Amino acid sequence: MRASAATPAPRVAPPTFDWLFIVAVLAVIATFIRAIFFTPMDALQGPAQKIYYVHPPSAWVAFLAFGIVAVASIGYLWMKDVRLDRLAESSAEVGVVFTTITLITGSLWGKPIWGTWWTWDARLTSTLFLWFIYVGYLILRGAVEDRAMRARYSAVLGILGSLLIPFIHLSVYLFRTLHPMPIIGKPSKPSLPNDMLITFLMAFCSFTLLYLALLRARYRLASDEALLEAEDGR
Amino acid sequence: MPDAFGAALLIARKDLTIEFRTRTAFFSAVVFALLAIVIFFFAWDPTAVAASDLAPGVLWVIFTFAGLLGLHRSFGVELEDRALDGLLGAPIPRHAIYLGKAMANLVFVLAIEVIAVPAVALFYDMPLGGFAGAAALAAVMILAAIGLVAVGTLFAAMSVNTRLGELLLPMLSLPFFVPIVVPAAQTTARLLLGRPVIESVGWLKILLAFDLVFVAACTLAFPYTIED
Repeated sequence: MRASAATPAPRVAPPTFDWLFIVAVLAVIATFIRAIFFTPMDALQGPAQKIYYVHPPSAWVAFLAFGIVAVASIGYLWMKDVRLDRLAESSAEVGVVFTTITLITGSLWGKPIWGTWWTWDARLTSTLFLWFIYVGYLILRGAVEDRAMRARYSAVLGILGSLLIPFIHLSVYLFRTLHPMPIIGKPSKPSLPNDMLITFLMAFCSFTLLYLALLRARYRLASDEALLEAEDGR
Repeated sequence: MPDAFGAALLIARKDLTIEFRTRTAFFSAVVFALLAIVIFFFAWDPTAVAASDLAPGVLWVIFTFAGLLGLHRSFGVELEDRALDGLLGAPIPRHAIYLGKAMANLVFVLAIEVIAVPAVALFYDMPLGGFAGAAALAAVMILAAIGLVAVGTLFAAMSVNTRLGELLLPMLSLPFFVPIVVPAAQTTARLLLGRPVIESVGWLKILLAFDLVFVAACTLAFPYTIED
């Protein structure tokens, strides 16, 4: 007796309702509504200052994402658990998206405030190289066929990349920086008025939530892919 | 069974013997460097920028690219007849293979520097800054070459096994060469102008720190790139 070949059973679970993603998107929308309509306009920068609610949170998420790539990479080389490799892959991809957002929004703000789309400032240059390192990471992943080898190679690059970032920053820092200094993480009191500060912190939280939601969705995709590949290989 | 360092020396000697007898990679890298030195000159308006101001930048960009030519060959040569399997089967620690390859590459890159520096000095009317300047310059060259080779050898071992092959090596390596090329070019520019060495100490520290961190990290990481 043979099972009918005409209607194969679905090989991966059908997509479920991604509540985390919905919540994250709603949180980001709420932040933007508050930023646009209910947060006072900056006296000097005008509407350009609204970038505070997109650009610094994206940069934070990018750093968080690449930090997780490094930790997951070390964990992979240590424990050889494929789930850590998938986590690193997913986090790197989401991190590249947020680095791109950071670069583009920064450029949009730079035009009215600094009078130029791009300047070779230390932070801009470091962020650009950050982007290059992790785009290279994704290209490397695409260029290795063998799964175990791909995991090992990308873990090595994930770790070395995180070691490289301080060096790049240090070496381009000596070109003197134009970039605004940290607003919250400084020893004295935060220098934003309360209304703005709350929106600013909301933006950090909602962007972090969005990162987690995207990471989770991307991780599920990676698991499903691995499942399908394993079945096809049989 | 030789100890790890002895084995590394043996591998370096093997690679250098192959290179010395065929001379393919070295000649192509040297000719590439000379060509690039000449072509670079025409990329700027010589009436606006003095050739000697361009020299340090040109020098370091060219080293980087010429170095990549040699780095790729260092594992490419092991692909034929699956020679790498022979190395992996040898009763020596894995990091000895890395150190041996890296030492051979270091000799290769330094040999290119020995030819490229006089060429740049000649074509770009570059002052060589007296004995102290030349000695400091030599130190910069060696520190930069060590960092370049440490990272490049590891990525060469990886890229040789990928679908993209030699295309991947510059893509992976170049971001890692930024903290080498920036301090090296800055230091070179200052030393050639006869500025006191003390002005370059900060840059030299970055180079030294880079070398220490990445020689250690790449030696530790290498066994993971050739595991079977």
